[in-house]
Amino acid sequence: MTSSDGHHDEPVQPTDEQLAAMSQEQKMLAGAAAGGVHVIRREERFPTPGTKAEKRAERLVSSMFLLGALGALGFMVVYVAVPWRFHLGNNSYRFFTPLLGACMGIALFGIGAGAVLWAKKLMPEEIVVQERHDPASDAFDFQTTGATIVQGVEDTGIARRSMLRRSIGVGAGAVGLMALFPLGGLLRKPRGELFRTPWTAGVRLIQYDGRPVRPEDMQPGSLATVFPDVPGGLEDANAPTMLIRLRAGEKVTARNGQGDFMWGTYIAFSKICTHAGCPVSLYEQQSNRLLCPCHQSQFDVLLDGTPVFGPAARPLPQLPIDVDNEGYFVARSGYHEAVGPAFWERPN
Amino acid sequence: MRSRRKVEASPAEKAGRWADERFGPSGPMRNLLNKVFPDNWSFMLGEVALYSFIILLISGTYLTFFFDTSMTEVKYHGHYTPLDDVTMSRAYSSTLKLSFDVRGGLIIRQIHHWAALLFVAAMIVHMMRIFFTGAFRKPRETNWLIGSTLLLLGILEGFLGYSLPDDLMSGTGLRIAFSIILSIPVVGTWLAYAIFDGTFPGTEIIGRFYIVHVLLIPGIILALISVHLALVVKQKHTQFPGPGRTERNVIGERILPTYAAKAGGFFALVFGVLAVLGGLTQINPVWLWGPYTPSQVGAGSQPDFYMLFAEGSMRLFPSYETHFPGYTISSIFWPAVVLPGVLFTLILIYPFLEARLTRDRASHHLLQRPRDVPVRTALGAMALTFWVVLVASGSNDIISFKFAISLNATTWIGRILLILAPPIAYAITYRVCLGLQMHDREVLEHGIETGIIRRLPSGEFIEIHQPLGPVDDHGHGVLQYAGAPVPKKMNGFGDLGRKALGFFTPVEQTPANGHDRDGHGGEDKAKELTGGRR
Ligand code: FES
Repeated sequence: MTSSDGHHDEPVQPTDEQLAAMSQEQKMLAGAAAGGVHVIRREERFPTPGTKAEKRAERLVSSMFLLGALGALGFMVVYVAVPWRFHLGNNSYRFFTPLLGACMGIALFGIGAGAVLWAKKLMPEEIVVQERHDPASDAFDFQTTGATIVQGVEDTGIARRSMLRRSIGVGAGAVGLMALFPLGGLLRKPRGELFRTPWTAGVRLIQYDGRPVRPEDMQPGSLATVFPDVPGGLEDANAPTMLIRLRAGEKVTARNGQGDFMWGTYIAFSKICTHAGCPVSLYEQQSNRLLCPCHQSQFDVLLDGTPVFGPAARPLPQLPIDVDNEGYFVARSGYHEAVGPAFWERPN
Repeated sequence: MRSRRKVEASPAEKAGRWADERFGPSGPMRNLLNKVFPDNWSFMLGEVALYSFIILLISGTYLTFFFDTSMTEVKYHGHYTPLDDVTMSRAYSSTLKLSFDVRGGLIIRQIHHWAALLFVAAMIVHMMRIFFTGAFRKPRETNWLIGSTLLLLGILEGFLGYSLPDDLMSGTGLRIAFSIILSIPVVGTWLAYAIFDGTFPGTEIIGRFYIVHVLLIPGIILALISVHLALVVKQKHTQFPGPGRTERNVIGERILPTYAAKAGGFFALVFGVLAVLGGLTQINPVWLWGPYTPSQVGAGSQPDFYMLFAEGSMRLFPSYETHFPGYTISSIFWPAVVLPGVLFTLILIYPFLEARLTRDRASHHLLQRPRDVPVRTALGAMALTFWVVLVASGSNDIISFKFAISLNATTWIGRILLILAPPIAYAITYRVCLGLQMHDREVLEHGIETGIIRRLPSGEFIEIHQPLGPVDDHGHGVLQYAGAPVPKKMNGFGDLGRKALGFFTPVEQTPANGHDRDGHGGEDKAKELTGGRR
């Protein structure tokens, strides 16, 4: 059995003398046949060597390889010689990466096309048939292997010794469980972070550059993104808030118990979308809608941040605001509900 | 033995002898080198995926030399002056460094990104080929499972890689990922906290994603690819029906030399295409997005294409939140966790489902033409349509913008299409398959339309049909359909494989010209096929 596939009808192997008398090609074919592979057609692409057509094909292939070399050379030259540092206002660096890509592409294309053309134009044309056998083993292999396994298991006596069987079950199970425990190091007990933001009573509303906001800073119909004036307030993921100044005559239908959250025509909503937590960024003045760019949920400001279109299911939480005696906006308290997307422990 | 001492051995022979005396590889190695690959363009799709993965490994290793996973805040002072003095994480600043302060770093980064897109795309198309030709049937169900797992891992790996630079886009994606994990009932909060080491964003996530991205998942992918390929070698390739091709053989070319040269060349070509893309087309220019801050988002922010289906399903799903006293199931749980889970489960179990419903327990090595299995083909078309609607909806803001349609309209169109389009696709595909089948039979029976009109003595006009083979007393062709393409044009006669290899009748089924019916072993076949060369 020389073949790895376990053939049933092995071709007879040549004797040593026959082997010695065989040409290289004969040996190759015999080897293939021994593995169930039969070369049924094998033809030189150019039966008469040295024809013009053959030379042309050969030239084509080698010119591809040389093209590859040229591309590689180009790559090296570009890499060393072309300016590549970014300079504002000077565009010469812009050619570096495209030139590298073009040269590398030419280099690899030349090598690749050369190899493929070589195979297609110059290597002998072959049609080869490989026998296919059922992957299943023969009865002898199958039954002896099965017997080996079953016998091996039986020799342990595990079938008879029920005490052993149970105790190894308990032991292996416990060790497996033990292996899981270090994963406990990954666990972090949620301590209500999802319900909290840095906003508390009296915290000023500041802009990204740190300036506090006064009512007169805002035009009617404008929106400002504001942050709590506490350490880390700019980076906190749940703190961003939108402060909106409504235009004259616009009235907000407040949700339950939020009637006094506004300050005059100013209203503040959490910027964290209640759908999946993106920052709600677009304020459409005309329709008084806030649009989240991630999945296009739309919230109506005049309906107190209620979602009116898209996948978000809950209104944007409103931040109660006031103006302190220095004339700056402050929060009257933190948010009254968890901001951002829903989660299991969120009461509704 | 004597001859060895007498004849001067070449260095190559000596090396071969050295290895053989130690490892004895000759027999298995010869059989491997003689493995036969059937020639069909669609068999190259899996190769594209494999080569992209190799390119990902090479380019990715280069990137690790420069990338820093720390989320510590630093002030940027690199060569990209527009972001000078901006506070950012070290992950982001090292990505900038990689792009602007490392000579040639940018092209490697862009090749890496393009290769990732090609990797997933090639896997998807390869999988479609496997599906529509029935290559997943017994005995290849395991490879279907491995392949589907590879697709899932490829998508996950892509998402992780995309999240590493910590730019505005990737941060937005991370936040959505956090929210999606958070949405899982009961365990969501704990799970999200375990992955992010507390609440979003924390300081660990990039480092954790990094090690999973560069070690864990690539290792698993590599192992699965090895098994995938080993099984292909063990089970041998499938092939399309055609002259001489039976369930008991594989016809094609051997690894050495032709296939090796073609495959090696093809690898270089794939790499070349990625090099050109990486050099000439900008991809994910993170320096334009800026560092991540929770209060900002880029307009039209889009994930890579393979995530768009999830994005689309999140956009289309209605605002539906489930409330229990004291507890909530987030609306994104259904479109972002349940739907992808159901889709992948369906993909995984499909081979078993089909085998069970059709009661087909036989092994199959000959592929099917999609038209010959209308139900499966129509199911595939249905699934693809569903996926395409989701993908398109994942960029409905861009569609709205480009075509000046209202966003709300595109969302509603997406919702309606998601329900209506798949069954319509099913019905159409089914009809088309039947039509194609009928046309095949018709040509086999009546021959090819030649376009030559003749007037009979009776005055009647007829078109002359060229029969494909022998005809019976009524002038009807006697060739049976055998799962192979039927030539439909006069110049399509050569389409059925290599020139002189018999004619459009698979040798196992040629009642007309007296070839034997069942494929014997290779010896007989060989004679027969050579005899058929004429
Ligand atoms: S995150 Fe705002 S709509 Fe999805």
